[in-house]
Amino acid sequence: MSAPVPPRAPAATRTDPYSPKGLPLTLESAGAILLALIWVLPLAYAVWAAFHPSEYTTRFVVTAPLTLDNFTRAWAAAPFARYFLNTFILVTMILAFQLVLGTLAAYALARQDFWGRDLAFALILAQLMIMPDALIVENYRTLAKLNMVDTIPAIALPYIASAFGIFLLRQTFKTVPKELDDAARVEGASPLQVLMKVYVPLAKPTYIAYGLVSVSYHWNNFLWPLIVTNSVEARPLTVGLQVFSSSDQGIDWAVICAATLMTSAPLLIGFLLFQRQFVQSFMRAGIK
Amino acid sequence: MTNRATATIHGWLLLLPAMACLALFTHWPAVASFVESFYSTPKARRPARFVGLDNYQQMLADPIFWKALTNNLWFALGTIPTSIALALLMAVWVNDRIAARTLVRMAYFTPTILPMIAVANIWLFFFTPQYGLFEQMTGLFGASSTNWLGSQDTALYAIIIVAVWKEAGFFMIFYLAALQAIPPSLGEAAAIEGASRWTFFRRVQFPLLMPTTLFVLINAVINAFRTVDHIVVMTRGGPDNATTLLLFYIYQVGFGFWDTAYAATLTCVLLALLALVAFVQYGWLERRTHYR
Repeated sequence: MSAPVPPRAPAATRTDPYSPKGLPLTLESAGAILLALIWVLPLAYAVWAAFHPSEYTTRFVVTAPLTLDNFTRAWAAAPFARYFLNTFILVTMILAFQLVLGTLAAYALARQDFWGRDLAFALILAQLMIMPDALIVENYRTLAKLNMVDTIPAIALPYIASAFGIFLLRQTFKTVPKELDDAARVEGASPLQVLMKVYVPLAKPTYIAYGLVSVSYHWNNFLWPLIVTNSVEARPLTVGLQVFSSSDQGIDWAVICAATLMTSAPLLIGFLLFQRQFVQSFMRAGIK
Repeated sequence: MTNRATATIHGWLLLLPAMACLALFTHWPAVASFVESFYSTPKARRPARFVGLDNYQQMLADPIFWKALTNNLWFALGTIPTSIALALLMAVWVNDRIAARTLVRMAYFTPTILPMIAVANIWLFFFTPQYGLFEQMTGLFGASSTNWLGSQDTALYAIIIVAVWKEAGFFMIFYLAALQAIPPSLGEAAAIEGASRWTFFRRVQFPLLMPTTLFVLINAVINAFRTVDHIVVMTRGGPDNATTLLLFYIYQVGFGFWDTAYAATLTCVLLALLALVAFVQYGWLERRTHYR
């Protein structure tokens, strides 16, 4: 996947003749802000409902009392602590394997010239189109044969070799000057040492970008974990939330909103704190 | 010669862990789905046997399959152009010096990092009859009550709205990066020629954004076939299969009815559709957009 974008133009000290001024700019701002308000409405509503008593769920009065009750009720009603732990283990496991497998494969594809390389690359890229989501039936069968259904590694396995990660790292490794590689070899470094001492440090921004995207993706992933888990011990947050909100809670929206916010909180807080880093990571990951 | 042999061994050793996983969880299941689509589903007393094209005949005669396929095409038609157009509009706005620019950009992007399953719960409440937010808003204007998710006419639209809301901000960042990469001299030259802002956008900016549009388009198409999380939460395919998409139907057949052979047959259709997307992308679109 490549969206070819040329390097960013030098920061213009000149003024853009098409940048709107005066009334058009005001209108544009108004439109943009209106759309932004619509876009945050679901989240804003969830915050409202979660921090107010149930009777204010659909009554928007400024004087409504604030409360953390909904959060404590949600936390007590389902094993969210366990779900958090499961998700944390899951995303860490996936990312660790993705980075190791991806780095090795990307290094081979970027800097080794060998028989079958292009074929291997093509086979890897096939996963960009045939994503694991489409293969749920067969993958479930495989994991059942391996006797791994309802475990955290079972959720992780189909994702630990990521074509997207390999592709991203390969593109980055290709930009490393060959002279650095040669120099390290002349110094007597082994291929693996060259990889660890030259390539990996230089690819740090790519690792961070890919890490953020991977963690966000797997924190939020739902369909496959839903299929492959059926116990509290293996269930990640997303599935836990679904079980919680579809079971006989009655429909107390305030508690469901509190649980929803809890589930999203770590990523949301991370995003609010490191907004620029997040946006650039998603962009970098997409463009390369 | 021996050098190349060593390099080949090294190369494949480095690739081995990743290739093994890919083979086990991508290549093999794709092939196995194909093979299995020619067999019957094994039952307790009857093992799977070769049935030829029976599964495919069953599929062609299955009204729910056709319903899922057409739903998916409408879902794609509803989400792809809308989210791309909105993404472009957002990017153009955020690229200008509008008020509260950083906050606006953040608002657009936030849905990207939220779990679909979580936000679908909130949207579910918005669409709830009588009690939900939409009802209360339309109620203010005296409109009659609509059961957005319970009616066959509106349920798919509701699903489309949520999908557009979720992905437009993600696509925006690619347009934003591409807009910022257009050299300012082009704008100056166009201004000297007296081009209007619309002409400049249509004749200069939009064509230069073509590679980005292609990239976003491919992503949007793939998303249209794999976004089903919100369906599990909001409608479970209902009412009367009005919101059943292909992947959701595979999930239902495979894990609700446990008819694995038929699910494999449906998977083959999904894979064929995805292969078609890849073919169109590499064979046709790539050639037409790289004229820079």
